[in-house]
Amino acid sequence: MSRRLLGYVLGHRRAYLIGFALSLLSTGLSVTNPWVLRLAVDGIRAGAAPRLLVGLAAAYVGIALTGGFIRYHWRMKMLGAGRRIEYEIRNDYFAHLQRLHQAFFQHTRTGDLMARAINDLNTISRLVGVGIMHSFNTIFMFTAAGTLMFTIDPPLALVVMVILPMVSLVFVLLGRRIHRQYEQVQEQFSTLSARAQENFSGIRVVKAFAQESAEIATFGVINREYMERSLRLARTSGALWPAMTLILGGAAAAVLWQGGHAVVAGRITLGQLVQFFGYLMMLSWPMIALGWVATIVQQGLASMRRIETILDSRPAIAEPPESVRPERLRGEIEFRDVSFAYNGVPVLRGINLRIPGGATVAIVGPTGSGKTTLVSLIPRLFDPTGGAVLVDGIDVRRLSLAALRGSIGLVPQESFLFSDTLEGNLAFGVEGGDGSRVREAAETARLAPEVAGFPMGYQTVVGERGVTLSGGQKQRATIARALARDPEILILDDALSSVDTRTEEEILHALRRFMATRTSLIISHRISTVRGADLIVVLGDGRIVEQGTHDVLLASGGLYADLYQKQLLKEALEADEDSSQ
Amino acid sequence: MSTAFHEDEIIGAAYDARLMRRLMGYVRPYRAAVALAVVLLLLTSAASLVGPYIVRIAIDDHITPGRLEGLGVVILAYLGALTAAFVLRYAQTYMMARVGQHAMYDLRMELLTHLQRLSVGFYTRQPVGRLVTRVTNDIEALNEMITQGVVAIFGDLVTLVGIVAILLYLDWRLALATMLVLPAIILFTARFRAVAREAYRAIRVRLARINAFLNEHIMGMGIVQLFGREAREQARFEELNREHLVAGMASLRSFAVFHPVVGAMSAVAVAIIIAYGGAQALAGTISVGLVVAFVQYAQRFFEPIEDLAEKYNILQAAMASSERLFRLLDEPIEVEDPPAPLRADRVRGEIEFRNVWFAYESVPEHDWVLRDVSFRILPGESVAFVGHTGAGKSSIINLITRFYDPQQGCVLVDGSDVRGWDQRDLRRHIGLVLQDVFLFAGTIEDNIRLGTSSITSEQVRRAAEFVNAARFIERIPGGYQAQVQERGSTLSGGQKQLIAFARAIAHNPEVLLVLDEATSSVDTDTEILIQDALGRVMQNRTSIIIAHRLSTIQHVDRILVIHKGRIAEEGTHRELLSRGGIYTKLYHLQYRDQELRHDT
Repeated sequence: MSRRLLGYVLGHRRAYLIGFALSLLSTGLSVTNPWVLRLAVDGIRAGAAPRLLVGLAAAYVGIALTGGFIRYHWRMKMLGAGRRIEYEIRNDYFAHLQRLHQAFFQHTRTGDLMARAINDLNTISRLVGVGIMHSFNTIFMFTAAGTLMFTIDPPLALVVMVILPMVSLVFVLLGRRIHRQYEQVQEQFSTLSARAQENFSGIRVVKAFAQESAEIATFGVINREYMERSLRLARTSGALWPAMTLILGGAAAAVLWQGGHAVVAGRITLGQLVQFFGYLMMLSWPMIALGWVATIVQQGLASMRRIETILDSRPAIAEPPESVRPERLRGEIEFRDVSFAYNGVPVLRGINLRIPGGATVAIVGPTGSGKTTLVSLIPRLFDPTGGAVLVDGIDVRRLSLAALRGSIGLVPQESFLFSDTLEGNLAFGVEGGDGSRVREAAETARLAPEVAGFPMGYQTVVGERGVTLSGGQKQRATIARALARDPEILILDDALSSVDTRTEEEILHALRRFMATRTSLIISHRISTVRGADLIVVLGDGRIVEQGTHDVLLASGGLYADLYQKQLLKEALEADEDSSQ
Repeated sequence: MSTAFHEDEIIGAAYDARLMRRLMGYVRPYRAAVALAVVLLLLTSAASLVGPYIVRIAIDDHITPGRLEGLGVVILAYLGALTAAFVLRYAQTYMMARVGQHAMYDLRMELLTHLQRLSVGFYTRQPVGRLVTRVTNDIEALNEMITQGVVAIFGDLVTLVGIVAILLYLDWRLALATMLVLPAIILFTARFRAVAREAYRAIRVRLARINAFLNEHIMGMGIVQLFGREAREQARFEELNREHLVAGMASLRSFAVFHPVVGAMSAVAVAIIIAYGGAQALAGTISVGLVVAFVQYAQRFFEPIEDLAEKYNILQAAMASSERLFRLLDEPIEVEDPPAPLRADRVRGEIEFRNVWFAYESVPEHDWVLRDVSFRILPGESVAFVGHTGAGKSSIINLITRFYDPQQGCVLVDGSDVRGWDQRDLRRHIGLVLQDVFLFAGTIEDNIRLGTSSITSEQVRRAAEFVNAARFIERIPGGYQAQVQERGSTLSGGQKQLIAFARAIAHNPEVLLVLDEATSSVDTDTEILIQDALGRVMQNRTSIIIAHRLSTIQHVDRILVIHKGRIAEEGTHRELLSRGGIYTKLYHLQYRDQELRHDT
């Protein structure tokens, strides 16, 4: 068992120990029931008083009731511990995910991360619950019933003890084959799903080239193979339960034969033979369970390994050991010979830029020129591969993460909102408060008028579970969310692309007051957004190719000037379109 | 907190007569096998019930009187019954698996065939993942119902009735006394079933919430970290996780209560046999062997009852799945062939739009993509459509291929309305090269030929050579037989475009439609190859290009400028440029850079 999993189990050692004790007790009680039956049968044979039989019947019920009571607590203790461990690992798993850096999430598929938190944890829960419970129960049961059988009649006991383990053996042997064939079925199932998915995703090509019949034929072949593999599995798995019944029945026949002779020879009483039958029945389930538990353990350990690959991955961006925690940042930003490569591909090279506190800087450039990466380095979503980013003259890698990120309000390119109320979303980065700051931010971001139109106002639930906001509304909500933090540094990453020009004007106007006292970085494709900035930086292929004010850059006739020309054309074209209506 | 559920989470009734009838329709072709399975099942139940009866004979006729001769025969008979039960049960299980698998095969084929006939519009509305679930998991749920549900329930009932019958036959008074506990067990089991179902549902619902939360937070992890929300999100997650734990514990409790209580009731039945049956045996009215047999039967009595309770979930899941499946099977086909469709061996390739109005929305008034568009393209002519993003260019292609039908007006090929054609025959004459090239799993050759088996390997190679794709294909290890990895992620965008051209040419269409994108990712060498290929494939066939490449629009016979859903300008590149209208602006915005790029 993995050391980590053992740690979780040991955390519940009390529950497990009590569970073991209860398991022992319950085993002890259950083996007395066949003994009661034996007394009854022998009593009848000996012509005992009917009162004795009534007493035995009462004892039988009493034992079952006590046993049931113990079994209830035993299951609750052991299986409960399993569930609690699942709960704990899931919490730790999520906590660890929250510590991991952005690059990790770009490399790892969301579905894989979720499968671990759901499916793998489910198998682990089975391992530490049912798995542990049944393995010990089987051992106890086998020992107790076995010992009792040997005290009655060793040769008969030997017959039972030889035949019964065959149940586990057959289960394991057939089980292995079933597992292999099941894997083959699953593999074909994936092929089938993949083919269906391809057909649906490529339906245009299928239709355009009139491939419907060919597609149906191909799918038919895959479907038929799936059916055949499933039937092959059915041929094996269909034998499992009948085989169990056969072996157990064989054991009963052997006991009847051998025991019959023993009774006639006077070695044992008829009651003792009946008692034997009782043990035989009692042991059948634990024997089957043993084979089943082997699979559970195997799967559980494999799942734990998958979870551990995540738990063992180290956060590349973490709180520095001796972090600097300034009272309040002024918001002066410096890029000092910064370069950044993603998967070995250079994205930024030799960036040198100083932004005084309170300044407004615009960043423009073609798609893929590194604008988003550049601003992502400030709140340390990534760390540069060369050079350093400094805020207030301190390398961001030395600043406390909480203090650094706490003073930055970032509006990302893709407006991501959580399935929560508008209020919850806007106050996402605000600790406490009476909500007045949120209202004010919504006002500035020009979201407030529309919110007033929603029947539930700020309590409107957005996202998958609630109303769908338009692209523009979402963008304004994310702007308000950043503003509500009251940050010293405001970063807008193409944050106005989905709002119309007039609303953009209004937002910018409202923001101006806000930005006057804060350092602001604005990435945009629209000249109208950036022209008023103190400094415009033009990025091209990861380098700063031009910088200056709007007028200076226009006059120099470079990339910025070209962008400006195009914008004018585009506006003219859009105007044409309006007039053509 | 309110949580909306995915359609697939909804669990309804366990039995719906209408759905069941329709489902049984899929089993009907195999009714002989089902009938045989039922017979086998009856025999299995009978064979598996002889055990205690044999014990009784062994005790009463042989062991008690001490007469060992004949015991061997009895035990051999028992072994025989055991073997028979083994064979019969195995055969019955396999029979039902066969029926289930065949029914599933049929249903899957029917569903896929139906899906092939649904329009492209349907596919844009449906998430692919959902359709895949229908074809895979939902059908699987039906299989479970056939193999483990219906027949197994029948089997459990037969066993139950069998035990009751044997007990009554052996001694009706003792049998009735034993069965005193039966009503209590049935009531308790029914109650348990309801509780367990609720608990199971609660677990599913809460797991779905954890799932949704995780999905959202993994995708939005950057936001969580930027806004320093880790601690609070952790608390919310732990709350959801705790709710799941609580539901799990509740489910655990219901099972932890159920099994011991049933055990205790079964003990009461055994106690009745000991006290009442024992007294009878003492009085000599019944034998000891009968008492022992009764005890053994009583212990088996409760298995089928417990089993029945668990089958309920399977039925329920199957009903929900079949509901979804049938809804999809009933989805109307929007673009359908006429009763006597037009077919042709060859077409001349004349295309005409006559007063076409078109919108993707069902309520088109606000969102017309094409407004009263009319034009005519002569056989062999090459025409480029240009326009600003969203002007409606690609809908022209969607209408010619009849992926959609226009709301008003008509589209004609060789003078006949496309709605009169056999869809697939019409499309055989049209070659389509789409913007994002879709590659299937399989070899490169498979991707050029697709499923058209009449195209020989030689023709595939010639097509590849014709469009300049042969050179790069031959350089790939494996050449034409190389497997396309993950939708072609190892190929460059330009290479994929060339494969798409080869695909279209191999099918030798009379009309060629191209959505042509000058992607920035294409390197200059490949760009030249593509341009050259495009020029060649347009020869001798009617070609309609939704153009993004300057070189393309410079070489077509005619350019049509689509503007806000209408044809605004028309002419050759030079004519249009000199006019100084919309085209001139478009040219400066979209195409001039390409000229600059090639000059340098």
